[in-house]
Amino acid sequence: MTGEAGAGLGQELITTIGLEIHVELATRTKMFCGCPVAFGGEPNTRVCQVCLGHPGTLPVPNAEAIAYAAKIGMALGCAIAPSSIFHRKNYFYPDMPKNYQISQYDIPLCTGGAVAIETDGVPAAVGITRVHLEEDTGKSLHMGGGGRIHGADYSLEDFNRAGTPLVEIVTEPDMHSADQARAFATELRATLEALEVSDIRMEEGSMRFDANISMAPPGRLGAKVEVKNLNSLRSLHRALAYEEQRQREVLGDGGTIEQSTRHWDERAGVTRPLRTKEHAFDYRYFPEPDLVAIEPPADWLESIAASLPELPAARRRRFEEQFGLSAYDAGVLVASRPAAAYFEAAVAAGRKAEPKEVANWLANDLVGLLTKRGESIEACAIPPEHLAELVDLVAGGEISRLQGREVLDDMAAAGAGGPPPAAIVEKKGLRQLSGGDELAAVLDEVIAANPDVWARLRAGDTKPEGFLFGQVMRATKGQANPSAVRNLLKTRLDG
Amino acid sequence: MTPTGDELTGRTAAGLAAMVRRGDVSAVEVTEAHLQRIAALDGDVRSFLCVGEAEARAAAAGVDAARARGEALGPLAGVPLAVKDMFCTKDLPTTCASRILEGWRPPYDSTVVARLRAAGAIVIGKTNLDEFAMGSSTENSGFFPTANPWDLGRVPGGSSGGSAAAVAARFAPLALGTDTGGSIRQPAALCGVVGLRPTYGRVSRYGIVAYASSLDQAGPFATTVADTALLLEAMWGHDPCDSTSIPSAPEPVLASLEDGVAGLRIGIVEELADVDGIQPEVRAAVESARGLFEKAGAEVDTVSVPSVEYGLSAYYVIAPAEASSNLARYDGVRYGLRAPAAEVAAMNAATREAGFGAEVKRRIMLGTYALSAGYYDAYYGQAQRVRTLIIRDFARAYRDFDLLVSPTSPTTAFGLGEKTADPLTMYLSDVCTVPTSLAGATALSLPCGLAPEDGLPVGIQLMGKALDEVTVLRAARALEQELALPAPLPEIRVPA
Repeated sequence: MTGEAGAGLGQELITTIGLEIHVELATRTKMFCGCPVAFGGEPNTRVCQVCLGHPGTLPVPNAEAIAYAAKIGMALGCAIAPSSIFHRKNYFYPDMPKNYQISQYDIPLCTGGAVAIETDGVPAAVGITRVHLEEDTGKSLHMGGGGRIHGADYSLEDFNRAGTPLVEIVTEPDMHSADQARAFATELRATLEALEVSDIRMEEGSMRFDANISMAPPGRLGAKVEVKNLNSLRSLHRALAYEEQRQREVLGDGGTIEQSTRHWDERAGVTRPLRTKEHAFDYRYFPEPDLVAIEPPADWLESIAASLPELPAARRRRFEEQFGLSAYDAGVLVASRPAAAYFEAAVAAGRKAEPKEVANWLANDLVGLLTKRGESIEACAIPPEHLAELVDLVAGGEISRLQGREVLDDMAAAGAGGPPPAAIVEKKGLRQLSGGDELAAVLDEVIAANPDVWARLRAGDTKPEGFLFGQVMRATKGQANPSAVRNLLKTRLDG
Repeated sequence: MTPTGDELTGRTAAGLAAMVRRGDVSAVEVTEAHLQRIAALDGDVRSFLCVGEAEARAAAAGVDAARARGEALGPLAGVPLAVKDMFCTKDLPTTCASRILEGWRPPYDSTVVARLRAAGAIVIGKTNLDEFAMGSSTENSGFFPTANPWDLGRVPGGSSGGSAAAVAARFAPLALGTDTGGSIRQPAALCGVVGLRPTYGRVSRYGIVAYASSLDQAGPFATTVADTALLLEAMWGHDPCDSTSIPSAPEPVLASLEDGVAGLRIGIVEELADVDGIQPEVRAAVESARGLFEKAGAEVDTVSVPSVEYGLSAYYVIAPAEASSNLARYDGVRYGLRAPAAEVAAMNAATREAGFGAEVKRRIMLGTYALSAGYYDAYYGQAQRVRTLIIRDFARAYRDFDLLVSPTSPTTAFGLGEKTADPLTMYLSDVCTVPTSLAGATALSLPCGLAPEDGLPVGIQLMGKALDEVTVLRAARALEQELALPAPLPEIRVPA
């Protein structure tokens, strides 16, 4: 660090990122009425007078939603407020039935947590400012005029989503790169998945990100730019990387960044200006007079705390300690709850295989295969017991790793209810020659058929070893155990 | 006009219910009598926005059929009920006297209306009001003003002017009102009927169109204190659909109605008894009530509640602020009026421009301003602090008194058009009623005779502690007995 001398163009810029994440809760009913919560469906079929904002209607808070939000808060290390209140956030939009959103403002349900993350082996902590409850809006479909509300010929409104419970999770501005933001979002996603409080289907909008990013020399704060419309981990990372580069260029050229809101255009891969500070909304927040304070009884909170599942950080630690997995492998498995569950089931069913081997087969072979087939681990047709059996067959030396992959392909192709790997091995006549007379006889035949090669080897030239090895494999149709062949060859040479 | 021969429409609700139960008269006959009276006289009074003749007849026939089957009848079986047009009714349009909701039919009944129908009441029609309950004279109705049955050239008060006038004119023995800053009590006083504002949270707000949510409370109109208590008991109590509804069951009021006021400590609120612009006859009525209470065995003294003088200022910040948000939903998107325009925002604006009247727009603007960034604390925050101060002052007064007394309105009914030019003068009509609203407590207006000068009804306000409707009604009943007035029945006269 060169201090004063470093000021000016080309100086070091620190990136500061904070996130706001909206998560739809998978409660049975909506936040303030009895309509069912679900995705899609015929427009305006899951509505009632309350979520349509008809005159005279009043909100009644959903206790399950409060429990879910408290669960999230607890999992993120937040304190649960003994008394929190709802506010009204006032603004006009045609898909918002009351033209105000019931949300929480200065006294939210959960405050002050933290999440540990790691990028490139460097740990960091991201503070959680707050977790609060609110209601979702409906959906507008603007017809004509480019799909935006301005210039549309007409708009269609679907209120099925209106009133779906949402939590908003706000972080401290503790992240300093797009990688860190993605690491945080990944960890948060895994945590929410473990809590079973949301479908977290980003493509359906059940988890949505807004990012605040600013850049400034060390010790200073830059103007905050809010980036909206980030609907996947990928777009979060891309948008932040783009915005970091854009701001760096503007500042590098001696320009200034204005406090503003920008829209991420996923297809074009750029952020575009949406509005500046002067055009910021005045939401005229005031306490929601139709609701009383949320004052969760202590024993109710205790029962929620007691019901918290194993969270990703603890599970990773356990996978490392109990199964001897590397931090990397544990991280990969735990990032996906179904993968972690599959792993544990397979390990429990396996007899010979090391958990480490099961992890390799799962993370490298099975997941890759499923991805290629457009399938997912949640809906995997291969039961964990079958994968365990396959790993056992390889670990026990009965088939080679290469043969194992072939069997796995067959298992996936057979789908649900397919035969166990041992049956496939049996049927295809696969086996591995790991020694004994049979393999020795094959080797001797190969040596006899290639006297020149053998002579060169005997003379100390190691180059033809591969050729001889290949001949053995060909003669055994790939069934020879490579290390057994190598050992046998060494014995012959030494003998 | 003369009610001669119209024997049924002069009776109390309790009396009618008893007759129907006994079979002296059918519910259909009771309903027909009131429908006939409405048909004959409401052309002059204009208390109803909509009379549900067919619906009322069908409901009455239902009561008679239930009786014929030997079923137990509810406490209000066969009793006609006029409903302020702020209550959602699924069989009748609900407009809040606003063009923006003209013709709107709610998909549901408000909790109060549902309970009263279950109790056997016959909803006879929806009454006129100041648009969205914003006003003190019913002149702010988006459709037409209502006249005071005692003098058709005068206002019935407001905002529940249609309900007060309907009961005064005997179009129904009972009516429903809503009271935000005095909208039950002030028109009750001006029309010479009884009107009660229950404690905030006692009556469900579910299905009552919101004006100012932290102040709105529904209550009964009747011609007697006993009928008021009868209607109250049928409508109040906890409702899981209203989160602000009080969970505990209310103490019955009818049982203790005749307990008298002996030993009760009653305080006359100085600041309200001598409020600016008070009409001498109104002041005199409070004095005579003092004598009557003492005669009945109560201890009466004056008491100072200084912060009530700031009540109006606080009210006219809080109520418009909440209204600005509550009325945002009238945007032409889902129901009600839609004014055509090229874009959504322009459609919203054009709809609201065409659909709302001047007073509603004024309060939306006031309230929007009061909640704006940078002004919130100076206006809304400050008004809430005044509210806390008023609650504290009342609590102090209730350490020495069981009940407080004041005029309901500083004046008797004023002339149609007299105050419409100056909203501030109109707002002063609420000076005595607003403090109880801000305190979330209960108060009742009792007719105590006609002013000698103008022959118009004068009302006195009895204010109780929060949740203490028992004492308010008991004292009102005692005063009603001491006053021993003939049932006040206006002769509906056409203005000169």
